[in-house]
Amino acid sequence: MSQDMSSFAGTDRYEIVVGLEVHAQMRTQSKIFCGCPTRFGAAANTQICPVCAAFPGVLPVLNREVVNMAIKTGLAIHGQVRLLSEFSRKNYFYPDLPAGYQISQYELPIVEHGHLLITPTADLPPKRIGITRIHIEVDAGKSMHEGIQGASWVDLNRTGTPLMEIVSEPDLRSALEAGEYLKKLRAIVRYLGVCDGNMEEGSFRCDANVSVRLRGESRLGTRCELKNLNSIRNVMRAIDYEAVRQIDLIESGERVIQESRLWNADLNSSRSMRGKEDAHDYRYFPEPDLPPLRISAARIESVAASMPELPDAKATRLQTEYQLSEYDAGVLTASQALADYFEAVARYTAELGHPNPKMAANWVIGELGGRLNKDNLEIQQSPISVQQLGKLVAMIQQGVISGKIAKEIFETLFTDGGDPQHIVEQKGLQQVTDSAAIEEAVEQVLATYPEDVAQYRAGKGKVLGFLVGQIMKATQGKANPALVNQLLRAKLDKRL
Amino acid sequence: MSIDAQTVKHVATLARLQASPTEVEAYAEQLSRILTLMETLNSLPTEGVMPMSHAVDIPIPERDDVVCHTDQREALLACAADTDQGHFRVPKIIE
Amino acid sequence: MDLSHISLTDAAELLRSRSLSAVELTRHFLNRIETTDPTLNAFITVDAAGALAAAEAADLRLAQGQATPLTGIPLAIKDLFCTQGLRTTCASKMLQHFVPPYESTVTRRLKAAGAVVLGKTNMDEFAMGSSNETSFFGPVRNPWDHDRTPGGSSGGSAAATAAGLCLAAIGTDTGGSIRQPAALTGTTGLKPTYGRVSRYGMIAFASSLDQAGPMTRSVADAATLLQAMAGHDPLDSTSIDAPVPDYQSGLTTSMRGMRIGIPAEYFADGLADSVRRGVEQAMETFRSLGAQCLSLSLPSTAYAIPTYYIIAPAEASSNLARYDGIRFGHRCADPQDLQEMYARSRSEGFGAEVKRRIMLGTYVLSSGYYDAYYRKAQKVRRLIADDFQSAFTQVDLLLTPTTPETAFRIGEKNSDPVQMYLSDIFTINVNLAGLPGLSLPCGFDENNLPVGVQLIGRPLQEATLLAAGHAFQQVTDWHLRRPS
Ligand SMILES: [Mg+2]
Ligand SMILES: [Zn+2]
Repeated sequence: MSQDMSSFAGTDRYEIVVGLEVHAQMRTQSKIFCGCPTRFGAAANTQICPVCAAFPGVLPVLNREVVNMAIKTGLAIHGQVRLLSEFSRKNYFYPDLPAGYQISQYELPIVEHGHLLITPTADLPPKRIGITRIHIEVDAGKSMHEGIQGASWVDLNRTGTPLMEIVSEPDLRSALEAGEYLKKLRAIVRYLGVCDGNMEEGSFRCDANVSVRLRGESRLGTRCELKNLNSIRNVMRAIDYEAVRQIDLIESGERVIQESRLWNADLNSSRSMRGKEDAHDYRYFPEPDLPPLRISAARIESVAASMPELPDAKATRLQTEYQLSEYDAGVLTASQALADYFEAVARYTAELGHPNPKMAANWVIGELGGRLNKDNLEIQQSPISVQQLGKLVAMIQQGVISGKIAKEIFETLFTDGGDPQHIVEQKGLQQVTDSAAIEEAVEQVLATYPEDVAQYRAGKGKVLGFLVGQIMKATQGKANPALVNQLLRAKLDKRL
Repeated sequence: MSIDAQTVKHVATLARLQASPTEVEAYAEQLSRILTLMETLNSLPTEGVMPMSHAVDIPIPERDDVVCHTDQREALLACAADTDQGHFRVPKIIE
Repeated sequence: MDLSHISLTDAAELLRSRSLSAVELTRHFLNRIETTDPTLNAFITVDAAGALAAAEAADLRLAQGQATPLTGIPLAIKDLFCTQGLRTTCASKMLQHFVPPYESTVTRRLKAAGAVVLGKTNMDEFAMGSSNETSFFGPVRNPWDHDRTPGGSSGGSAAATAAGLCLAAIGTDTGGSIRQPAALTGTTGLKPTYGRVSRYGMIAFASSLDQAGPMTRSVADAATLLQAMAGHDPLDSTSIDAPVPDYQSGLTTSMRGMRIGIPAEYFADGLADSVRRGVEQAMETFRSLGAQCLSLSLPSTAYAIPTYYIIAPAEASSNLARYDGIRFGHRCADPQDLQEMYARSRSEGFGAEVKRRIMLGTYVLSSGYYDAYYRKAQKVRRLIADDFQSAFTQVDLLLTPTTPETAFRIGEKNSDPVQMYLSDIFTINVNLAGLPGLSLPCGFDENNLPVGVQLIGRPLQEATLLAAGHAFQQVTDWHLRRPS
């Protein structure tokens, strides 16, 4: 039930307002304030030290790369990197928070005033989504409850992993927009190499603040914070569920209570976390163990110079350099790997002397994209190499094979591999460009379908397509379609 | 400033300290006295003064992103009151 | 020769000349501790085996001619420096059984220089107190009068140094915790500039104020110890990255032309006559050494106590949140649930004063009070620091009493926290401003109790303080007097 809110009776009078808080784990080698490794999957508590486990007397020392990654992300979202920011302590007790406070940023975050452009629907212009701030903070550890008799376990391996908290303005108006925003943001952090963007594994986590209000109302409604959203799909489902829940409450004369709610993907519903939140008073104050963070303009410049081309810039370039549509460019730049793959295919067809970037894009997005999707594979795992696909496209462009044959070869390449040219030769799939052979097929089809011929001559041009199809069938798809068209028209017209 | 029992209980909850009725009373009395002493600050105008969080003004040092680590699990767990199979053990956390 | 009150320099010379072994010297102090400390209660943990092993290693080093001025020197360490493998309690039930698997930078440096750690000294619990009465391990007694406190929080270090249970000791100072007990025990205590000595491995009370320093029987000894302690530490982000001067060679700097400021606010009502006399006498001595004494004003002085008792508890309330009974420290028996584990472990593990300060700090940071208390205090802190800064455009040093009175009786003030807090009135400004401060013995009162004078210097000007203090001790003998 994702985007179509209007299907609920009466709900179209309401507007959904969503703001997202994303916690992105930074891909550093070591933790933010100590030298422990950040990698996943180690045995419990083997990647901790007195610093990240907050033993008495030890002190934090900031990882430079964390600052650089936050600056990069800030620049990528068109934000202002503050020349002076500071770390603060957020105080609360929880077993997975060893110090009893989280080192975070509060009054002076490292980045402010950013935004992203999203394109939720192809027919509307891009929408600007404000990003209030990005701040740096530490991740907590993990507690485990399941299957442990009368107790919980605490594993601090994740404690001290650097996080960026990226807070959007309440500018999103639907689950669809929220989904697009997350995809865009995830693409950016992946391009930058600052986060692997994996929601399922929790390295890219999202909380959604959702409220509803009557359309035209300028005040925001009471919001609820949705937690435990471990995929973009879940974010969207949870937002829709929450909107309906709030509208139902309002419609039945009740009030929405500001609270945190835990999403349950299995039940497709959420439940209140109230009670836990009651006593929260985080008592933020500047972290006395860390002096203020001053960042020079020169440092920002040098970080900027080290940044890769980002999705928007890449999409613009693909449009001008390869004459792609805005849509295609957008799809291809959703991930850097996909865009790289496309560009490599396009370049390879050019090297082979038969360039056609537009066709390359269609194959990468359409055939390959669809096929990978079906097998749940990423572009990096594509069984078809750049060279294989490039050769295939070049052969179509050259006229050696038709598009239809190419699809057949594509399937062979995907499942069995091989060289496209060899497959064509082996299976005798070369396009027939011998006009005598095609002419024979034309004659044969015209003889088989005299009524259609008569219809055509009576002015029904549509029939032409059917006749072409029959000729292609007769030649097992190998006939050059342009030649077929040309000969067929000639024959039909000649007999008039 | 006088602090009431309600406030003392709230602060004790935030600080995760127990406070018996006698302690609440004692805290209320003592904290009220201390806070009264603190209110002398109000007589000092401080508009436009930059709050001072650090005793010296030095830039934050930044270290290289290098892993420097040996497994200290046993030594660290040895300090804990209750551990189980490599974990710190706590009473059941109810979400 | 009485080894108990020998200077660090003389001891080093005896060791170097091999007329005394480090093991002999260490044994001497271990014996002294055994006989005297049951009365004084200056030590929480005595590490005889560790000390003797270190002494043997020192003797080896001495024999090889690779000694530093601290090789084989028996020291006492305040029990909030984490010492690997040696219990570190912070004088709290909370850490009664805590054995750190890591070493503080200060003790690591001292040990690397060859110093021998005799044991860990008693203190106010988590350094919160001015009389050593908040220790879980009982109060320390002042060697000059066993009914009186040696001051706090580094009272054990001060008493051990004054009574000759060690050659020198290490303390920490958040609001006067080195200088006040030094004054009350007739010893010399230096609180360096904030950031001069690493705080790594030093159990935090108030992070923006805490600083470690030497507690000795002479300024020359303090210079030797500071030399080994000071310097940049990459493990402490607030550690200052500046070269460490040669303090020993700076000791002979002349006082001639030195401008010493006398802040009027420190000589107001409430200053005991005996203290006033001692301090005025010290002024005279400095004049006779060629210094110039100028009276001046530090107008924000009166606000120091409220400012400090907002900032320090606020930081402490957060610093002490890690004592949750999970990874280390006291955990209550059979908690029914998580919240009970927190509340009972902390309430059982912390003493009354620590809890009071956690409550106070939690309150001043809590929603609705932050601006009125915490932010206000931070602003006043700036004004206090500015006062000093402008004073130091006119003078090189400031001279004040260290404490308003001499050692008070055990139990005299501990029923009223405000009275106790007022005893830090002359020392806490220095911590708020992050400046170095030195307390020197400058006389005795009618009860034969020591009086201390405080010198305050510009940031990183420990050398100037030490030179002034040394010059003073060259012409006075207050620091040589010892309790009977
Ligand atoms: Mg956060
Ligand atoms: Zn660590």
